[in-house]
Amino acid sequence: MSQNLFDSWRDQPLEEVLYQCRELYENTDFPTVRAWRDRGGKVLGHFQVYFPEEIVHAAGILPVKLRGGNIQPDKADSRFGSYLCSIIKTSLELALSDKIELDAFVTHPICDAARNLGAIWGRNYDYPCEILYLPQNPNSAASAEYLRGEYDRLQRMVERVAGAEINDEALRHSMAVFNRNRALMRELYEIKRQSPEKIAAEDAYALVALAGILPREEHNELLAYVLPMIRESAAKQEDRIRIVFEGAFCEQPPFDMVRSIGRSAYVVDDDFMIGLRWILSDVPRGRDPLRDLALSYIEDSSYSPVQHDLRKRKEEMLVRRVRAANADAVIVTAAKMCEPGLEEQVAYIHGLEREGIPFFVSEFEENQSSFSDLELQLETFMENLLFA
Amino acid sequence: MTNPTQAIVGRGNREGAALFRDWFSGLNEAAEEGRGAAYVFVMGSFNEILKSFDLPVVFPEINSLQTAVRRVAHEYLEEAEDHGYSPDICGYVKADIGTQLRGGAHPMGRIPKPSIAVVTNACNTYLKWAEAWERMYEMPMVTIDIPGTRYAGGETWSGDRHFENDRKYVETQIRELIKTCEEVTGKRFDIDKLREVMGHANGISRGWKSLLDLNKHRPSVFSALTDGTIYLGVANGLRGDERGAKYFADLVEEMEFKVANKIGTTTEEEWRLIFVGVPCYPIFRRFNELFTEWKGTFVHSTYLWFASGGSNVGFEYELADPIASLAEGSLISVRDSMDSMFHHDRVVESMLDGFHVDGVVYHPIKSCRTVSTGLADGRRALGERTGVQSLFIESDMMDRRVVSEAQMKNRADAFFEGLAVRRNQELVSQ
Repeated sequence: MSQNLFDSWRDQPLEEVLYQCRELYENTDFPTVRAWRDRGGKVLGHFQVYFPEEIVHAAGILPVKLRGGNIQPDKADSRFGSYLCSIIKTSLELALSDKIELDAFVTHPICDAARNLGAIWGRNYDYPCEILYLPQNPNSAASAEYLRGEYDRLQRMVERVAGAEINDEALRHSMAVFNRNRALMRELYEIKRQSPEKIAAEDAYALVALAGILPREEHNELLAYVLPMIRESAAKQEDRIRIVFEGAFCEQPPFDMVRSIGRSAYVVDDDFMIGLRWILSDVPRGRDPLRDLALSYIEDSSYSPVQHDLRKRKEEMLVRRVRAANADAVIVTAAKMCEPGLEEQVAYIHGLEREGIPFFVSEFEENQSSFSDLELQLETFMENLLFA
Repeated sequence: MTNPTQAIVGRGNREGAALFRDWFSGLNEAAEEGRGAAYVFVMGSFNEILKSFDLPVVFPEINSLQTAVRRVAHEYLEEAEDHGYSPDICGYVKADIGTQLRGGAHPMGRIPKPSIAVVTNACNTYLKWAEAWERMYEMPMVTIDIPGTRYAGGETWSGDRHFENDRKYVETQIRELIKTCEEVTGKRFDIDKLREVMGHANGISRGWKSLLDLNKHRPSVFSALTDGTIYLGVANGLRGDERGAKYFADLVEEMEFKVANKIGTTTEEEWRLIFVGVPCYPIFRRFNELFTEWKGTFVHSTYLWFASGGSNVGFEYELADPIASLAEGSLISVRDSMDSMFHHDRVVESMLDGFHVDGVVYHPIKSCRTVSTGLADGRRALGERTGVQSLFIESDMMDRRVVSEAQMKNRADAFFEGLAVRRNQELVSQ
């Protein structure tokens, strides 16, 4: 019997592989996570955005990225007030409705709502529910050393959950697995930038997102299998606008929204599930793996509205992303009620205006099901660009 | 001739208001003279460092709430929304952006522009807010990142390896702030002046802690919601100032006098309440009346904990090694202010017996996810553990568009009726 959690793509043609990936991504029962647990495995759920999954992986625990879902927060609703983003509610709903069972939960100080999630989760579950205090001052000379200590604290918690110590060799092995994974994802994004006609926006999105619910070795196998097929696909380039999608660093846009956008434009770069792609190149595997991980977070990482770094003014980073992808325009979105996302929109808009880069502003909610207005507005925007 | 009661009772409110006006006059003067200010926040202001460089200190949160109290917030909010800010973000941010767009024009005078911003992570919106100033003014933005408690009850203390990891990080950032202040002001850092400022801050912390404890007495000697907000303004604005330290020594004396003479607030006290959240500034007085009309007094509030930057813990700096002690004190105090927002159920539970509490009023607001996100769940947990009765009313601290006074009154009336029924049932069962 196969030890893999997700096998239906194996030996299949490209279209079937992508179909299977979309199906798994949209399955809110998280069958791979359930199967892992059924086999006796432990699961640590980590909320968006970045999390050093290597530390959990090295303990033999499955790190699962909690990114909400297209479900109704029936049980979670009573635990929250109004005026909150959806992902906060649906992430807790996944646990309360037993769609995902955890052995530990970690959130981050990415925003005011997410930080509350640690306490909320802790009032509802007896297993460890913690905040990993990723530094919000990476510009301090002490930040890397501090983060190394914070990772050490996390490692000890993970060891308690696993019931075993994590040694440096296991950690370095996990870092190699994740380095390989990020390299494969970079390759996918290279294809998106160079030949966006070869992979639909929603397919690329699902392929990346599955990393959050699969053992990373399996995800590596999947990407290694599918990437050459995508490169070799015979899709023809069409006369479409090349856009960057910005605003999906935490709550994810509905799958159908990505599909809708992909029908009228090429999404040549984006921040979908950016936490899985946060580290930009291989993490060195030296004598002190925790320090290596900490340094990579601080010195070799992407950007998002929820990480403050004086070296990364977000609008400048976005312009760089646009230029690197040779994009024509930007869709600047934010999840409804997302304080940092909505605040960053102002900086993005003014920055793009200064650079003369066309943009389209919108909001979304993960549970949104109608996109007809959005499609119409987008088409008008695209047509204006195409026929300007 | 005034008798001792007339002379002492109400002194804190009178002098607090005067000090507050003086502080704003000083800011207005700085603005008129074109001097830059330090922009800071209530949860970790680092007034100690900034005052040692003689920098005027601006609290944009206080400026913003003043626009709501003076019922002009909507003008500022709309101006920021016209600039691109969403209706769904923090009203404090938008009122301040409106103030900046008006060149600092504010109902209490002109606010000077920032020459430096110092921001902690106690509220994540602080970071986004300061990033907006950074773009507007291209001035230094210094973050002092203060790690909070990782899980309920998980506080660490001096000597613990994780505490020391946090403390070293905070201390390095303070030293980096000092360097930036030297660059901004052109002044050399004076450690003795820092000691002097920290000594005054000690006086405020000591006074703040004593003040809060005095409300355990019956009747309560001040309203944690209305009077408390005046005291809070002084505690923040004049932190590290000799006048602030004297004010709190006098205030404690006033409250001790009231305790000794059994003088309460102007409300006859029937129900002792705790307020959880941020006040409803658009109808500040009226909101309080919804409760005082039923003889309900607010004997405590989590606001007086977190919005004082954790001064409630009463941490007093060790002046022999001021920077290390400032790091330790900031870590412990700001961490505590975060705890009183995220783990408010534990905070409120710790107040119930000592403050003889009859009910808890939760006021989650649209503007502030830091304070509001976990209130419903905390209320649920607290109710399950203690059975204390509570009221949950949503509105806002700034935006009158989401403040429904009639609806709040109905809820408050029903809450008191419930409290009365329960008290009667308890009497009958006895």
